[in-house]
Amino acid sequence: MFEILKKEELAPEIYLIEVKAEEVAKKALPGQFVIIRVDEVGERIPLTIVDFKSQNKSITLVFQAVGKTTKKLASLKVGDKIVDLVGPLGKPTEIKKYGKVICVAGGIGAAPIFPIARELKRAKNYVITILGARSKELLILEGNLLAVSHELHITTDDGSKGRHGLVTDALKELIKENKVDLVIAIGPAIMMKFVSEVTKPEKIKTIVSLNPIMVDGTGMCGACRVEVGEKTKFCCVDGPDFDGHLVDWNLLLSRQKVYLEEEKIALESLSEKAS
Amino acid sequence: MAEKKKEINPKKTPMPEQEPLVRIENFNEVALGYSVKNAIAEAERCLSCKKAPCVGGCPVEVDIPAFIQFVKEGDFLKAVKKIKEKNILPAICGRVCPQEDQCEKYCTLGKKYEPIAIGRLERFVADFEREKGLVEGFEVPKPNGKKVAVIGSGPSGLTVAGDLVKLGYDITIFEALHKPGGVLVYGIPEFRLPKKVVQAEIEFLQKMGVKIQTDVVVGKTVTIDELLNQEYQAVFIGIGAGLPLFMGIEGENLNGVYSANEFLTRVNLMKAYLFPEYDTPIKRGEKVAVVGGGNVALDSARTALRLGAKKVYLVYRRSEKEMPCRHEEFEHAKEEGVEFIFLTLPKRILSRGNGWVGAIECIKMILGEPDETGRRRPVPVSGSEFILDVDVVVVAIGTRANPLLPSTTPGLRLNEKGYIKINEIGRTSKKGVFAGGDIVTGSATVISAMGAGRTAARAIDEYLSK
Repeated sequence: MFEILKKEELAPEIYLIEVKAEEVAKKALPGQFVIIRVDEVGERIPLTIVDFKSQNKSITLVFQAVGKTTKKLASLKVGDKIVDLVGPLGKPTEIKKYGKVICVAGGIGAAPIFPIARELKRAKNYVITILGARSKELLILEGNLLAVSHELHITTDDGSKGRHGLVTDALKELIKENKVDLVIAIGPAIMMKFVSEVTKPEKIKTIVSLNPIMVDGTGMCGACRVEVGEKTKFCCVDGPDFDGHLVDWNLLLSRQKVYLEEEKIALESLSEKAS
Repeated sequence: MAEKKKEINPKKTPMPEQEPLVRIENFNEVALGYSVKNAIAEAERCLSCKKAPCVGGCPVEVDIPAFIQFVKEGDFLKAVKKIKEKNILPAICGRVCPQEDQCEKYCTLGKKYEPIAIGRLERFVADFEREKGLVEGFEVPKPNGKKVAVIGSGPSGLTVAGDLVKLGYDITIFEALHKPGGVLVYGIPEFRLPKKVVQAEIEFLQKMGVKIQTDVVVGKTVTIDELLNQEYQAVFIGIGAGLPLFMGIEGENLNGVYSANEFLTRVNLMKAYLFPEYDTPIKRGEKVAVVGGGNVALDSARTALRLGAKKVYLVYRRSEKEMPCRHEEFEHAKEEGVEFIFLTLPKRILSRGNGWVGAIECIKMILGEPDETGRRRPVPVSGSEFILDVDVVVVAIGTRANPLLPSTTPGLRLNEKGYIKINEIGRTSKKGVFAGGDIVTGSATVISAMGAGRTAARAIDEYLSK
């Protein structure tokens, strides 16, 4: 059992929790994830590790309460326990000196980008971060990202804060103005796809963190199959980081929707239980 | 032997079963088990051979005539104790061992008649003990102060743990998933091996002092070197075969295509058949094709039926004769309405147009010359392509070694396929590290993994007694 030590609502329906997990906290590196199961009937879902503090033996997770599992997770309070948490899984992001790096974060992608930006800055890179969301209320971790970036650019789809537009609009301009050595993009698959399309003709290496459906997270089931460079990869053990220019985005977007109908049924069953 | 010769029933005492049309509507166990009367009647068929060739056919050397003798006498508790001297998982083995290729194959009676139903009797006495609440622990000797880490809680790991705890070792099993049991829990379906049976046999081990830590991926959460440096004097690796194989054909990543591992894990471990009471979903296909011919393929096909499929095809590239599955399971699947399409190979999986599976294009095969396994190699017949309309495909063509643990364990030698190399007693190339089961041999049976566990346990004891 894994105790929730801290809980914060970062934005409407977006939560940050700190969970006691000593072994995972000791080993975790930026880019890795855990699989959690909220309760005895729960499903296993992957969540990227946002931060890890070995001194208080905990890890930080950020999630959006959109499905049954994340809504159940959101209903837990400090002191409550989740039944299972396993990790750290996946390969860590390769941290080294690249030169000038643009970190692109969309929505809750801000959370996993944070430790990567921090380590890249420590590794003496010049870190430019673009943080985008639909609107001002949904921007998260702005202060944290500011602290670990040399520059922070904000975009909102509705123009309520920062630049009016998408993260790719800001990216295009920054690429024009700077000689960029690496782009790292984390966010919704569709955002990562468009970021990769912007950087590909410019031949800027682009790392993305893929988020397909997973079950065990150790390579055993193959639910998380993605195609990269026309080869099938298991995201949980071969990734989650891949070269964005080689990813078959349409396949990922399609496979993320396998259980759309079932997700609706699951949500209905949750609200029935509540009422 | 002066008493007059009794007429021996040439046939095994049949095991009551759920009717096919009833059982495909539920996930309850198909075979219902012997009654006391059935068990005694079957035991009385045993010739109690002095030489007992059956024992030689058992990878863990259960004293079969001795336990059957107790069944004859109606002392079922003594019978199960006799089995447990050698096999700590009798309720599981009684259900899933391929007895027809092991003990029963060598049964003297089998030369003339049907052999003794050893597996059914093993299951009966184990169930009797459990259902009557009479399970007793073994006397465990004084702790010898030596700690052994067992990685993986499948059949080989459980056997190592059981054997060593009986000798006074302090055993901790590390399991990556959230429930112990390995393939017994995620792979073999409820209707063949009820999970409460597995749980009870694992609880028995825990009662004897075995500790189990779930949610630990050795190689990620902790490494073997750390285990050896911290507190463990020896490590046993029994992590199973791991990664599912795919065919490498067009369309294999379409929605609705599952590996058997994923399909069965969702249903068995995650209980997707009880969705939405349980949160994990599964696609319930109307027309399902399962590719493969082993037990896992049959388990997948029969699971698909129980999930409500109207049609389940099992597509196998060789003929019925070459199927590696248990004959009994093949018969069960046939009775339940699985449609077998032999000598057929999928060429590509076709989309319905929206990212979902719509059909498989297959090609007919004929059997050519024998290959390295001695089975005749299937060869495609050109121009024989045909289309099978399906909405779910399950690929059950085997597994390969998972590199996750070996890649973080320097000094662990592997063979060219990535399986761990061991010597005849289960030692790996790394000091203090032993291995057994599917991660050494590739996919095999529960009992062979248990046999490997037994061998390794002996070697570990010898290594730590020096």
